[in-house]
Amino acid sequence: MQRFPCPFCGLRDEREFSYVGDFGKVRPDTKARVSDAEWAAYLYDQKNPKGQSTEIWVHLPCQEYFKMTRDTVSMDVIDAAPLRKPAQ
Amino acid sequence: MTARRIHIATAGSKRLAFTFDGQPLQGVAGDTIASALLGVGVRIVGRSFKYHRPRGVWGGWTDDPNAIFDVSLAGVTKPNVQGTATLLEDGMIVRSVNSWPTARFDVKAGLDLLSPFLPAGFYYKMFKWPDWHLFEPAIRKMAGLGRVGPDVADGPDGLQIHDQCDVLVVGGGPAGLSAARAAAHAGQDVVLVDDHPDVGGSLRDNPCQIDGTAPAVWITPQTDAIKAAGGRIMARTTAFGIYDHSLISLHQTAPFATHPKLIRMRAGRVILATGAIDRPVVFGNNDLPGVMSLRGAAAYLHRHDVLTGTDITLLASAQDVAHFGPMFERAGAQVRVLPLETEGLRAVGRGKVRALSYGTNRHHADAVLCSAGLSPLVHLWCHAGGQLEWDAGRGAFLPGAGPDHLSIVGGARGANDLDQSIDDGHKAATGQTPAPLPSIAPLPTTPKPSRARQWIDLQNDVTTKDVALAAQENFASVEHLKRYTTLGMATDQGKTSNVNGLTALAVQLGKPIADVGTTRFRPPYVPVPLQLYRGARSSTQIAPLQRSVLEPQIRALGGAMAEYGGWLRPAWYGDDMTTAIAQECAQARNDVAMLDASSLGKIEVMGPDAAGFLNFVYYNSIANLPAGKIRYGFMLTERGIIYDDGVMARLDENHFVVSCSSSHVSGVTALLEAWRQDGHDPDRVFVHNVTQAWATVTVTGPKARDVVAALDLGIDLQAEAFAHMSLRLGTYDGMPVRVCRVSFTGELSFEISIARDSAPNLWDHVHQLGATPIGMEATSILRAEKGYIIIGKDTDGETMPQDLGLIGPRDRKTQPYVGNRGLQTPVAKATGRQQLVGLAVPEGATQLPTGAHLTAAGKSIGYVTSSYLSPTLGHPIALGLVQDGLSRLNADLTVYHLGENRSARIVPACWYDPKGDRLNA
Repeated sequence: MQRFPCPFCGLRDEREFSYVGDFGKVRPDTKARVSDAEWAAYLYDQKNPKGQSTEIWVHLPCQEYFKMTRDTVSMDVIDAAPLRKPAQ
Repeated sequence: MTARRIHIATAGSKRLAFTFDGQPLQGVAGDTIASALLGVGVRIVGRSFKYHRPRGVWGGWTDDPNAIFDVSLAGVTKPNVQGTATLLEDGMIVRSVNSWPTARFDVKAGLDLLSPFLPAGFYYKMFKWPDWHLFEPAIRKMAGLGRVGPDVADGPDGLQIHDQCDVLVVGGGPAGLSAARAAAHAGQDVVLVDDHPDVGGSLRDNPCQIDGTAPAVWITPQTDAIKAAGGRIMARTTAFGIYDHSLISLHQTAPFATHPKLIRMRAGRVILATGAIDRPVVFGNNDLPGVMSLRGAAAYLHRHDVLTGTDITLLASAQDVAHFGPMFERAGAQVRVLPLETEGLRAVGRGKVRALSYGTNRHHADAVLCSAGLSPLVHLWCHAGGQLEWDAGRGAFLPGAGPDHLSIVGGARGANDLDQSIDDGHKAATGQTPAPLPSIAPLPTTPKPSRARQWIDLQNDVTTKDVALAAQENFASVEHLKRYTTLGMATDQGKTSNVNGLTALAVQLGKPIADVGTTRFRPPYVPVPLQLYRGARSSTQIAPLQRSVLEPQIRALGGAMAEYGGWLRPAWYGDDMTTAIAQECAQARNDVAMLDASSLGKIEVMGPDAAGFLNFVYYNSIANLPAGKIRYGFMLTERGIIYDDGVMARLDENHFVVSCSSSHVSGVTALLEAWRQDGHDPDRVFVHNVTQAWATVTVTGPKARDVVAALDLGIDLQAEAFAHMSLRLGTYDGMPVRVCRVSFTGELSFEISIARDSAPNLWDHVHQLGATPIGMEATSILRAEKGYIIIGKDTDGETMPQDLGLIGPRDRKTQPYVGNRGLQTPVAKATGRQQLVGLAVPEGATQLPTGAHLTAAGKSIGYVTSSYLSPTLGHPIALGLVQDGLSRLNADLTVYHLGENRSARIVPACWYDPKGDRLNA
């Protein structure tokens, strides 16, 4: 149990957050042929690294999805950043 | 003489009446249950776990293993309440545990005579043959302490609070007060917790001069300074566990029969100033009532005016004797002293101590106050992962290496000196390294051989002999010793028994204590009531029932309310369910009916990318939907499974309203939001759930058009101008309305949505125009007659769109959408998938049971999902999922249910108006 930094609301209790998935997982282009193995990997394979892990989380009260980098061994949060690209 | 109240400070205090084992007694305000019992001379407060030996109060606070009671007050009963740390309240009914009829005359006391035959491990050896399970019920019945009644789950719920601070100081003694003051002074957000009703800790137990003043005079300026600097002081609050990431659980006790409070505190830093307790002296018959903790007795004297004996023997170090002896003498007791190293010492007495004998000597004593040294309270330190190191001089485990965010100060780290404790607190709060502890010469700790039994664990009846037996039988690791002898189990958790048990084991093994090691302390530090965890967040508190703005109108019309998908909705109207449902169905089919559809989802999706976004998220093509039109569609998971069904209405080029099923509003909103932010440009599409802002009145039936026309919405309602599956905007009484021609009943229907505050007027108006209100049960039958599905009822976790016969988008939609790849997997294309069909019963047969198996050749190939007696058709109808059902029309199946076989025929799912003439009217 710990507190996570929402990029918008600041440090908030862990209970307000929900894990979404690995960051950087791109949905295969389903217009092209996607093999069963490739599709299964997209759906089911998680990196589950020991150490630094970059993930997408959602802060439920403000409904913002963001990128969080944390260490799965020490449980330290290394970085939290919005998914939205900065305005041009 | 035994213990008595001497009344100095408590002379004018309020009297509190209570009963103990049925006997009416009196305590004074401020008493704990234990101090009240001691104050009226009660010596035996309970019986031990195994031998039913008489037990008296040992300690002055939570370190007591004996004074455990079942307590009732104001209809609330709590089992196994620690009497030494529970404040007495007027009217309490206190019952001793493990004794009957009373603690003083316990019928099972005779078990003690058998004790030579009941050593450690007795049960394991004796009842192994032929089968432990034969003996277990009887043994379990005899074991255990307090009585847990069936009402244990009743009583007030715990309040659960989440809090945070920069610095949490645990313990309000001199070290804790000093730490909290320094941290608060440095501008930190400080919380100081102490489990007593007042702070001061050891200063209140054994008052001594501090900074040249009386302790009470010293404490107040500290608390004033802490509060003035913004610090918070929480009394009667126990820190009972430290968990990962500096989460500390605090139990705040309230008056007995009210809500206890669980505070989950997240602290940047934790300073432990938990103090230390007396280590019992091990000698013969040292479990007799009247043998007490020295500091416990001092606490009873100074906090409660209770003198624990008139002929007191001190069995403690010279330093303790010099400090405490005069206190008891001043209070009027005769004080004798025996050195700790006295050989052959044993207590004499039945039910309470009357004398001490050693060698050829014997002298009278009605209280023996013991301290073999101090055991620091390092439990929380260990919870957080702190290490322990054996200190031979102090005869105690002291904190060693620990986590960075934790400091431990004062008596809890082995400091016995007041000045050092205050200095410790200050240094820990200001980030300085504490001064090293002076090393001291070891006190004699080894139990001396004695013919009498020498008790190590008073709660579980563990003696030095049991430890020796365990060692002899090779249960020589501390963890094995604990389990074999039950040493340090139950509420004591090793507080009083740990070091003496390890010392006895070390003697047996011929090893130094440091090499024997210690068991680990785990949360909770003290027992906490179950009520603490049973918070209010259960049932409707965790998933609040959603309610319609039209509920008063519905109730006024006799709506029988029930929960449907998280919403409180009318099941039917009137008293008689069967006739009401049939009449409601007939009204909708033949005349005009109305229903409250406010719970249906209304999620607005807008922005320049809205059409493309919905086209991606939904199975059906949305991009080519013209403005003003509505399309039915599925939301799939990426695996191709149907998650939700609903209708999408396009208001204009960039504005849609998604009407999902009532129970999926928050889920669908969350999925839309997830795809919006993680996969689309969140600046070009927006999602707003406005379900609660709009209420919906649905008018349905062949005469629905007449009723809606009379509402004067400013909309041309003719079929040519306003076709099925389209949307028009109008006004009702000056308020904007959205009217959708969609139908769940199969009849001509208008769903009129309006701002929630205006909905009651609209509802009343429709009702006055002759529409009959219908409930959810009739609606369910009407939709089943049409073969319309309810997601999660007529579909399951494997159902894909093709299983409902909706293959158009799968075969023709070219743009990617959620689930498209999932529909091309081997499992999606396999034969034998369960498909939705209608199920007809033979002429005159009764309705099929929902959930019944559909079988072929004795194997289940599907099940009945919905089944009703159709008032419209006059015979039973059913829907079911069955393997390859869509290609097996007119096949006969066997329906198996609870041992009975019946027959049914596969028919099309739509039973009524298959061409949709009524729908499109």
